[in-house]
Amino acid sequence: MGDGALSVREKSSTARVVPSARPRKLAKVPFVELADGRLQGVVSSGSDIGRVYVSSVAAGSYAYACSTNNNRPCGGARGSFCNHIRALVGEAVLQYGAERVGRYLKVDAEGAADAHALTSVMTGSRPGPGDGSAAAQVFSRFLRHLAYLELPASTGPLPEMQWFPTTGAVAA
Amino acid sequence: MVPDDRGGGGLMRADLLVDAVDGLDEALAAVDGFDAALVGGLLRPQPGQAGGLAGLADAVAGTPLASRVAEAADKTAAGAGDEGHFVALAAARTALLGSVHDALTARVEEAIGRPAAADAAGGPVAGDEHAANLCAAARSWLCDLARAGWQGIDHDLVGGAASVVSAMLPDPALRRLATLLDGFAAELAASCPGASLERVPVRRWADLWSRALLLTLPGAGSAPAVGEVTGRLLPLGVDVQEHATAVQAQVHAVFEPSDGGASRLVRASVSAPKPDTVVGAGLWQLLRPHMSLLGAVGEGRSMELDAMPATAEGDLIWDDARARSGEPADAFVTARVALPAAAASAVSPLDRHPARIAVPVLLEGYGVEEAEGDGGLVFEVAGCRIGVDAGRVPAAGPLTLEVVASSGACLGLLRWDAGAFLLQPLAVERTVRKKAVAVHAGAWAGGTTDKAGVRAEKAATDAVKVLRERAGKLLRK
Repeated sequence: MGDGALSVREKSSTARVVPSARPRKLAKVPFVELADGRLQGVVSSGSDIGRVYVSSVAAGSYAYACSTNNNRPCGGARGSFCNHIRALVGEAVLQYGAERVGRYLKVDAEGAADAHALTSVMTGSRPGPGDGSAAAQVFSRFLRHLAYLELPASTGPLPEMQWFPTTGAVAA
Repeated sequence: MVPDDRGGGGLMRADLLVDAVDGLDEALAAVDGFDAALVGGLLRPQPGQAGGLAGLADAVAGTPLASRVAEAADKTAAGAGDEGHFVALAAARTALLGSVHDALTARVEEAIGRPAAADAAGGPVAGDEHAANLCAAARSWLCDLARAGWQGIDHDLVGGAASVVSAMLPDPALRRLATLLDGFAAELAASCPGASLERVPVRRWADLWSRALLLTLPGAGSAPAVGEVTGRLLPLGVDVQEHATAVQAQVHAVFEPSDGGASRLVRASVSAPKPDTVVGAGLWQLLRPHMSLLGAVGEGRSMELDAMPATAEGDLIWDDARARSGEPADAFVTARVALPAAAASAVSPLDRHPARIAVPVLLEGYGVEEAEGDGGLVFEVAGCRIGVDAGRVPAAGPLTLEVVASSGACLGLLRWDAGAFLLQPLAVERTVRKKAVAVHAGAWAGGTTDKAGVRAEKAATDAVKVLRERAGKLLRK
């Protein structure tokens, strides 16, 4: 029925395009995303509970940046990835899987087996420091992300959610 | 042939679900033609795209939409389509899929032999123009998307939705549109740049686009309560839907009015926006405090409702103050005894779409086979093969593919997607040491003592605690 030249994915209304995030511990890296052509996120400071670092790696060039939310550059991110960026890559792999992170960052699939391998490939290409101006934007995306917790629940039906089935048993 | 000696709920003319439906292919071909035009974008349509637009107009030529859609198709094919034209095209596509929905629903009713739904629900009330500026901004973004086409999307264009969504989310009256735009934009962002996209989810994105566009119109998203219901609610199971930043749980149930009136199928929903790192058991934790029914489902209990608001579509607008815990109620007993007589409600015009079909059914006496290629399952029912949509079973629960594979009875939602009917399991019964044991997808909705479940709950609690702590420090500066 309704068959033609289109593949199942092309003619499905409810195909899952973005798999849901995998559960991970958030204490060290509360926010990770693949967006704006970068792996970017927020990493908690190991020493100061009120401070966070905004870290990012650009897809393709692996140009990196790391600074505090008050826009002070991270001392470790000189010459290569700092520990915040390494932690960011590690947690991104937990959340999205190494394959998706590697594909987004354009790291050769052969080298994308795990976080360590991904990081080695990227640092091995001797990337330069990136444009740090994205930090404010990443930080505001993190705040927007946190703001979702403050929005109230509702018991009015959302028929639109029929297009977004959960993907539990398959993803497990 | 279907043996007629099988118990009430198990009786189903499965052959009707695999037979062709008259006119379906033609209607879907017209939809596909329009959807293909959106792939390349409507800025400067090529001849092939113009054909798709004309095909859509032809398909609604005998309807009240005819002249507006014909004009919209003409102007758009000439590269001169404006917002009004795009809205007309989205309306035509929605009407066509509405007819597909109706044909499929009629087929389901025939197959399961249950009372047909009452006449169509009324259309949306042409309400006041609530938040007109935000709706106009959303419409403008959607029209820019249509001009660019799925192959033309980039981060700048897709990112334009973020400010509209942020402004809409706090307003309960805009929650439907905001939630849809948010999920849609996240998918598009993950697929950027469109130029290097290998396989476009053609029908899905056209669905989301046209639905969002229609929801920007005044009153389109309103589904007001039309009355209050009092009586006994017998849960069948829970369906969970989620995208990165939203979750909804819908309890499907049989409602028996206390005045002795006819019983009917109803749904009770609870939804919440969420950060994308809240997943699995965290979803139940977010929703649980807002609907006591989730606890009742987990415990296998009925609930007594007192003047609970309900819409014409059979959606309860849940209010904990109007419900109290009732007697234990086994979902399989409900499915065998009460479900066959429960009538469905009418569907509002905007919700007449195949993706919205979710009909509770009980299947028994089927064979289980592995589906070709993808590791999924197929139920063989009276010689007909019905695919099992096990992907829709929530992760935070005891129902797995293996449990479904070893089951003898399945309570599920009959759905339709990509040209075929599918069964989404809500619960199964299997025989363990000569006794029937039920496993429910929503068993952990109200909490759990299961070892894996407790671990998942703990991890989810910790994740939210970290985020709340961060939010407390950073958001209020």
